[in-house]
Amino acid sequence: MNLPSSPRGQVNPALTSTLLICEHCDTVYRRRPLARGDVARCTRCHAVLERHQRIGLDAMLALVAGVMVVFVQANVWPIITLSLNGEQIRTRLWGIIAMMWQEHSQVVAVLAAATLFFFPLCKMLTLGWLLIFARAGRRAPGFKSLMVLLHYIGPWTMSEVFVLGVLVSIVKAHLYFDVTPDAGVYAYAVLAIFITIFSGIDVRRFWELLPEEAS
Amino acid sequence: MSALPRAHELGLIGCHVCGLVCRDTQIADAACPRCGSALHRRKPNSCARTWALLIAAFILYIPANLLPIMRTVSLGDVDDNTILSGVIELWVKGSPDLAVIVFTASIVVPMMKFLVIGTLLLSVRHCGTTWARTQRAKLYRLVEFIGYWSMLDVFVVSLLTALVQFGFFSQVEPLPGVVYFGLTVVLTMLASMSFDPRLIWDCKDEDD
Repeated sequence: MNLPSSPRGQVNPALTSTLLICEHCDTVYRRRPLARGDVARCTRCHAVLERHQRIGLDAMLALVAGVMVVFVQANVWPIITLSLNGEQIRTRLWGIIAMMWQEHSQVVAVLAAATLFFFPLCKMLTLGWLLIFARAGRRAPGFKSLMVLLHYIGPWTMSEVFVLGVLVSIVKAHLYFDVTPDAGVYAYAVLAIFITIFSGIDVRRFWELLPEEAS
Repeated sequence: MSALPRAHELGLIGCHVCGLVCRDTQIADAACPRCGSALHRRKPNSCARTWALLIAAFILYIPANLLPIMRTVSLGDVDDNTILSGVIELWVKGSPDLAVIVFTASIVVPMMKFLVIGTLLLSVRHCGTTWARTQRAKLYRLVEFIGYWSMLDVFVVSLLTALVQFGFFSQVEPLPGVVYFGLTVVLTMLASMSFDPRLIWDCKDEDD
């Protein structure tokens, strides 16, 4: 067997993909093929070990493309319109971020920009890039670092929370003003649904799906 | 030994990043052959890091609640809102159901995180206890899952600030409380990420 050598020079033989370790309690399992809709759970701590993937690569790419379109709409279209005495104010995501920056809450502006714009964008572009090559059965250029990147930005996208935030804001502003939700909110709502579907996809299977090219 | 073997008993390490099962080579700076991330039996200094982040988050949580997060100026009427008074206002004037959601996201969830992560940290000290392990593991996953919903109020203040800008007679301004609150959420998220749930199961036990 040709052992892959790790970047730091030590040989570290991997035990192929027949074994599975529960990430929450370190229990070792032998991998079993999952039937449609099956979820493998750890018998010790009940964490999810693996899910059966309903969605194929083509469908995933279609989903990413769909999310991209909705994401553009969510950012271009205004989110809420507020009217008072005939005056109207609309706001978009970047209007919010810019306003928080000006109002001496730069930390909040950076948080909002990162969790609502940059991280989701980065996640989608990365996934799209990986999927385009995966459909051809190949690892995309930069595969390793992008997969590691995906792992780290995973928990930092908060579009779903934002949708709820918009809802609360509408109710709060409604106490004093006329507020109407704009197309952007609906785009965000659709985005939140897409993101929920996405979070059910285990990206890690790309590692096994795509063989490492001989170096 | 129980019927279910654990990775360290078999001399295996699961990669934290890509999940690959690797042989434990006992070398200090071993790297995962598949993704190149450093391999650790457990997250390094998990307890110390989690304590540090949790305590920092708790310190910031105090001004986040005591300081107002938002100022509404309406016809010369200046009104400063804290997180709790915002919830009360929503309950009284708006819709009670949303008030419950906001209360849960901005008060219950952060408090629960402090309590749960603190309890987990105490319980894994000195090799831990076998007390309610499955429940503790579930609690950890719950906390990890709901943690980021606390950002709700931060987004609400930002949205209202951007919207309500009618010049001198009607305005919303963010106040420092919201910055502290945002930082609290980020720090509690980092704290739950740096905690290693495997520690819950790391003690000499006869069986589960």
